[in-house]
Amino acid sequence: MPQSTVRILFRFLGSMNLAITLLVAIAIAAVIGTVVQQNQPYPDYVLKFGPFWFEVFKRLELFNVYSAPWFLGILGFLVLSTSVCVYRHLPLIIADLRDYREHYQRTALLRQPYHQQLELPATAVSMERLTGLLQQHHYRFRIKPQDGETLIAARKGSAGRWGYIFSHLAIIVICIGGLLDGNLPLKIAEWRGKLVVETRRIPASEIPPLSTLGSDNLSFRANVDIAEGDQANLAFIDYKDGYLLQKLPFSIQVDDFRIEHYPSGQPKSFESDLTIIDPALKQPLKQTIAVNHPLNYKGFSIYQNSFGDGGSHLSLQVWPLQRDGQPFELKATVKAHTPLEQQTLEISDFRPFNVTPDASGNKQFVNVGPSFQYKLRDATGVANEYLTYMLPNQQQGRWFFVSGMRSKVAEPFEYWFIPADQQQSLQRFMRFYQDLHNQQKLRQIALDAVDSSKSIQPADIKQRQTVVAFMLKLASQFVEGGYPKIAAEIEKTVPEDQREQVAGLYALTLQKLLKNLYLDVLHQEGIKTDAGLSEFDNQFFTDAVEAANLAHFYGSPWLLELKQFQHIEATGLQITRSPGQWLVFPGCLLLVLGVFCMFYLPQRRIWLLLEPQAGTASLLLAGQAVRNRYDFDREFALLAQQLQSFKS
Amino acid sequence: MKSLEYSYQPVSYWQSRTAYDSVWLLLLLAGSSYVAFEYRALMDGYEQAILVFTALMLVVLGWHWHALKTLLLVVTGFSLLAVNSYGTDLGRGETAFLLKYLWASQSAIMWMSALYVMATVCYLAALLSNRLFVGKVASALTWSATAMGLTGLLVRWRESYLMSADIGHIPVSNLYEVFILFALITALLYLHYEQKYQTRSLGAFVLLVISAAVGFLLWYTFDRHADGIQPLVPALNSYWMKIHVPANFVGYGAFSLAAMIGVVFILKNRAQQLNPQGAINSRLPDLALLDDVMYKAIALGFAFFTLATILGALWAAEAWGGYWSWDPKETWALIVWLNYAAWLHMRLTKGWNGNPMAWWALVGFFVTLFAFLGVNMFLSGLHSYGEL
Repeated sequence: MPQSTVRILFRFLGSMNLAITLLVAIAIAAVIGTVVQQNQPYPDYVLKFGPFWFEVFKRLELFNVYSAPWFLGILGFLVLSTSVCVYRHLPLIIADLRDYREHYQRTALLRQPYHQQLELPATAVSMERLTGLLQQHHYRFRIKPQDGETLIAARKGSAGRWGYIFSHLAIIVICIGGLLDGNLPLKIAEWRGKLVVETRRIPASEIPPLSTLGSDNLSFRANVDIAEGDQANLAFIDYKDGYLLQKLPFSIQVDDFRIEHYPSGQPKSFESDLTIIDPALKQPLKQTIAVNHPLNYKGFSIYQNSFGDGGSHLSLQVWPLQRDGQPFELKATVKAHTPLEQQTLEISDFRPFNVTPDASGNKQFVNVGPSFQYKLRDATGVANEYLTYMLPNQQQGRWFFVSGMRSKVAEPFEYWFIPADQQQSLQRFMRFYQDLHNQQKLRQIALDAVDSSKSIQPADIKQRQTVVAFMLKLASQFVEGGYPKIAAEIEKTVPEDQREQVAGLYALTLQKLLKNLYLDVLHQEGIKTDAGLSEFDNQFFTDAVEAANLAHFYGSPWLLELKQFQHIEATGLQITRSPGQWLVFPGCLLLVLGVFCMFYLPQRRIWLLLEPQAGTASLLLAGQAVRNRYDFDREFALLAQQLQSFKS
Repeated sequence: MKSLEYSYQPVSYWQSRTAYDSVWLLLLLAGSSYVAFEYRALMDGYEQAILVFTALMLVVLGWHWHALKTLLLVVTGFSLLAVNSYGTDLGRGETAFLLKYLWASQSAIMWMSALYVMATVCYLAALLSNRLFVGKVASALTWSATAMGLTGLLVRWRESYLMSADIGHIPVSNLYEVFILFALITALLYLHYEQKYQTRSLGAFVLLVISAAVGFLLWYTFDRHADGIQPLVPALNSYWMKIHVPANFVGYGAFSLAAMIGVVFILKNRAQQLNPQGAINSRLPDLALLDDVMYKAIALGFAFFTLATILGALWAAEAWGGYWSWDPKETWALIVWLNYAAWLHMRLTKGWNGNPMAWWALVGFFVTLFAFLGVNMFLSGLHSYGEL
């Protein structure tokens, strides 16, 4: 029969078992959502889980658990279940609230969990005294005569019953509010084919209408970066593996962005001076926003969310690394592409300072100066990423220029340390390293070395040429792959039992060549070396050889040195519209009210059935408590004791 | 004769206030008015409102719990002495004898740590020896530890302003500070129940959690050197911190208390079955009482945790652009909340009680612990203020 099916369904929906199951299911889903990091770029997941599990997890929507249909489904069921529960209990509770149960007969009272029969002297008992006692215990009561007997029916703590209604209604209200602000409407639009996620990196003006949301969209959370002096009337919503464009009914202009610092260097505040330009406004609205102090305008909230570079202008010195050549200047802009011979320079970020924890381990911070981050992309589209600091950094008392390289975004940077000369510049190392690429110079140096050698006869031209050619070959192997390359060559060409000896000879020869090359660099600088090298120059040589040894890892034909910059900042704003909060916040208030009422004002009932007899009054005391039985035990015992102490 | 002679005297709420209560009210009124006036330049409207609300809450709490009045008066005295001794020179913390060895925040917190550990040992000894005097010493140690810890936090608050006016903030901003808060709140909740139910046999168990917290605190201090006062990151610089964090820790503290009572329940239950005549059975409180206190602790924790999560949502709406972001900390707060919601439903509507609920309370403690610490250790997110 259909009616009974409906009733069974209704009972199932309102059952406590279902409610508990749903609570647990939501908890488990929530755990999954925190274990699997949410809303990351898809390639990261493929790397992490492998292609098979990526596909499985993607199907299960584990990358966006909280907006997955199955999760929203569980939430929906919880709302439904709670609603049914409230619907079923509300009439009962309201009836209960009005009802003092004054119609209870003696047999009903004897069935109560608490009851006690008392015999008191008739003169000691009066209605006034009995009701007075109940009032002291904050009970409200009604009196009803029942054939010869009198029943006082009392109760307190009806707020506890309201607490049930408030807290459960609150859950429904909060969930509905939350659903309004969730991205369910986007999902539906996407499902109906009215919305397509944009995954390409293209200018806002080229984003198709199918990926654009109008300014009448009621609920969203979008981000936009605006450079100082610029304005925008749109923002981007992160969605799945791409984004959507959200139009705004007004323009936001960023006049200034500021970061204030504590004396220790840590950031103290992030602030943006905004101007809202809206045709509906007589004059533009100016306001400064900061973290914790958003701007609310027409139901839109604008938050200080992040900051970044707004297209700073950088002056770079380009040092060739794979040939001998003069350095040249290059002007580049952050977030723009600049051609550099066969390559493209893509600067992604510039930071005017880098505050890092002090290496000493103390909770102190040091500023290591400006840095910029960029990719160098070759004609085939392959790119390495670099992070280069402008100023030399002190390491163990020596100063080094530092540049990090990585070939995959997911990897950490590997740093190349280039010794700075006494003018804190790259000049000396670059001269040295470029001379290593200069065949003519190398040949000259090698010849000089051979000439000064006592073991080779000046007349033996053939031997001299062989030795020079050998030295040049060593130099080119060193440039191509450092010491490991030379070692590999030895392994390939020399029998095992002679390797150690040969390696020693090679190292000595190379060392001598490099040293002579270095001395030549020093002579070019006008430094006299006849009396030996200074401590600095000696140390510099060691560091320079080490840097040259590792140079091949750097994988770039250029070293870009930052000479000057003009810093332009951008502020990252979050713009939201969440009408659901007008349900959620009152719902929260209701929830707190309900929870406190439920726990701290529990409902209790007391009945006193008075049967006057000759000389004694026979009293039946009965009671009932919804919760906190332990406390009620005491209250009931106290009541009984107080009644018994009634004297005439 | 109309007179009512039963022992229970009819008195109204107001009539039952003692002279001490009145003095308490006057002191709080005077103190909070002074603070509101003296520091008006440093407080916005919300902060003034929080001050008034806090004062009122302390009035009521003190009226209901006399020992708390004495504790807070002692703490106030200590703190004022320390503040006076500091003057405007933070350096005096190293030179002034009383500051260096007693009341400078880090010294006071060391005292707190030592006293809590001693209290734990005494409670254990009291349980084993069954001697009242040892139990009284344990209680006194716990009260003293709490007084020193509270003094330490209050003095730290002052010290942060002595560093620089823009660094000054309430000391509930990082893991070091909230661990102290956790120990204090758990101890106060325990002391309340100890007085209310006249039983010291739970102390050994509850203080065990506090001692564990103290152990962590010491490790954090000596290994990580995390005990210094750090300036606030911009996101934390808000009046919401003053209410969100303490409310949360009432929740955490109450849940921990409930879990330890759960442990006692399980022990007592076993002992009752295996060895009804044994010391464990006879010295631990009644199962009914344990069950009741466990329920009350969870109800209190749940109510405050609900409040704290909601306050957090309101703060998030101001700081992060939305009242709910499914950030790991938020999500774990929800998991904790759902867990205890299920616990309460089972108890209140299904009438579950006894052993399973005790076990569940214990499991709940580990869920809470993960939300409190695990999220900071293993998951990243917006809420990464207390990183390990």
